[in-house]
Amino acid sequence: MSAPAPSLFSEAAISTATALGLTLGRANLEVFSETLIELASENPHLLAVTSDSRGSGKLVPFAKALPKQIVEVGIAEQNLVGIAAGLSSVGKNVFAVSPACFLTARSLEQVKNDIAYSDNPVTIVGISAGVSYGALGSTHHSLHDIAALRAINNIRIINPADNYEAREAVKAAAACQQPVYLRFGKAPLYNLPTAEAFDTQKIRVLKQGSDVTFLATGETVIHTLLAAQALEAKGVKCNVASVPSIKPLDKEGVLGLAANSKAIVTVEEHMMNGGLGEACAALIAQAAIKPKFKIVGIPDEYTVTGSQADIFQHYGITMEGLSETMLHLLWSL
Amino acid sequence: MLSDQQIERKSLEYRRDILRWIKLAGAGHTGGSLSCTDILNVLYNRIMRVGPETFTSPDRDRYVQSKGHSVEALFVVLADKGFFRSEELATLCRYQSHFVGHPTRKIPGVEQNTGALGHGLPISVGMALGGKLDKATFRVFTLLGDGELAEGSNWEAAMAASHYKLDNLTAIIDCNTLQISGHTKDVMNNEPLADKFKAFGWAVKSVDGHSIDKLTAALCEPLEAGKPNAIIAKTIKGKGVSFMENVGKWHHGVPSDEQYQLAMSELNAALKALPEDSL
Repeated sequence: MSAPAPSLFSEAAISTATALGLTLGRANLEVFSETLIELASENPHLLAVTSDSRGSGKLVPFAKALPKQIVEVGIAEQNLVGIAAGLSSVGKNVFAVSPACFLTARSLEQVKNDIAYSDNPVTIVGISAGVSYGALGSTHHSLHDIAALRAINNIRIINPADNYEAREAVKAAAACQQPVYLRFGKAPLYNLPTAEAFDTQKIRVLKQGSDVTFLATGETVIHTLLAAQALEAKGVKCNVASVPSIKPLDKEGVLGLAANSKAIVTVEEHMMNGGLGEACAALIAQAAIKPKFKIVGIPDEYTVTGSQADIFQHYGITMEGLSETMLHLLWSL
Repeated sequence: MLSDQQIERKSLEYRRDILRWIKLAGAGHTGGSLSCTDILNVLYNRIMRVGPETFTSPDRDRYVQSKGHSVEALFVVLADKGFFRSEELATLCRYQSHFVGHPTRKIPGVEQNTGALGHGLPISVGMALGGKLDKATFRVFTLLGDGELAEGSNWEAAMAASHYKLDNLTAIIDCNTLQISGHTKDVMNNEPLADKFKAFGWAVKSVDGHSIDKLTAALCEPLEAGKPNAIIAKTIKGKGVSFMENVGKWHHGVPSDEQYQLAMSELNAALKALPEDSL
């Protein structure tokens, strides 16, 4: 017998999402694959390169539809990135797809030298990022990837929060003349409220409020939106922004929200070291704006074991946890 | 086409230039640049279809220098081919110069940025695979050091090259038997090297890496249809300067004024000894 799969959302959180009219979409990885088939059907030079990862990358339909546009390199992530760079240099539009944990650690030197430094505009796609692999343990978690790539010149980092952002991110990466890192989880995601078309390099403001601000990225964004709703019932008015582009960071967007907020909480499925939170903190401190500020993420410790939902719960990345964190920060001296 | 003797003359001139620019910069990888000089000479003057006027052509042959530290040899050959003016090498390793101690694409004629070892072969596999996908006719050449073969990424790429039957790819191993901390066989033995490549599905040929005609014969066309090519070039580190040959400390040694004069006089004497029809 296996334990019942824990949910990322409490019953109260699901009720809040329903009251907001949010519907559950698909996993971003599925949207990635579907969008890539569309783009590759129109561009014979678009290639997906995989390291025995077509199944986990949801690329089996791609391989069936476009068998000449998928390249397999076997379980060899360094070679995956090196080959991707070589293919790019002879004119291919390359998406190199591998679990984020391996792609941004084992082959980091290839990403740094063969792609970023050499200016080969490859898109590297980190699948099952963050703690998506949950109970498989730390070998399979990528909680370092944003920090590692933030320290490398000439690569963009895009971490989409829902299916809409994922689709826009894949299209933007395919058109981009610069290396890009796309970061995808594998849990089905709520569709966030869509306003006007957004630029993947800008923040996406999902809710506006006059008191405090949540800045979140990737699969954590929905939890901040639900927390903001819960806080509104307590009289706290929140801004909520998804930050898909961690590099370059939308400075104007972040500072615009920060300037009018008493407190800011950043949220990410990543180490608290070197991720979205520290990027925002550095930006805000250098702009001499002084809101109360807290980073929510995974602390510098052996990550608690369990599913993605268990890990989110443990570190307070839930509607309940985040609303409590914001209240503590707002009321702190 | 240049005669063997004209190519030999070029090798001696290249070696003089390598030492000249290293001496001026006060830095450089002398031993390895001198060991691969004849290989680069044959590639650029006999084998590859590439030059300044064709460098942006999709059909050009490609060269990736995986042993990027021997960049001085590459720069000297590229200057001779007219990719840039030779005098620009006076800025080698200087503030704000693009002529850094490893190849970069900022320099006309350089295909890929290299320097970290074990990167050139995977990139070359990608280039050759792209060529195959497009049914293009260009060939891809990459130069590796023998010590560099301890990097595991080479063997990932070696496996992929034969899996994809990349006979348009040629890896040349500059087998000078020395690396920074000693003899390669003592640091990390890679023998039997030819057997290793054969076991990975490559066509293999061992040649004297200083013989113009043997290098030409080995490189002029792919060895066997459906297999990537490994040319194991037996070379001498520091080749051409008596006191540098087979001496490990010249890996990145810079000659003193006295050593520089002595080295130049040896190379000048060798040039003088060449028959006049090599001009």
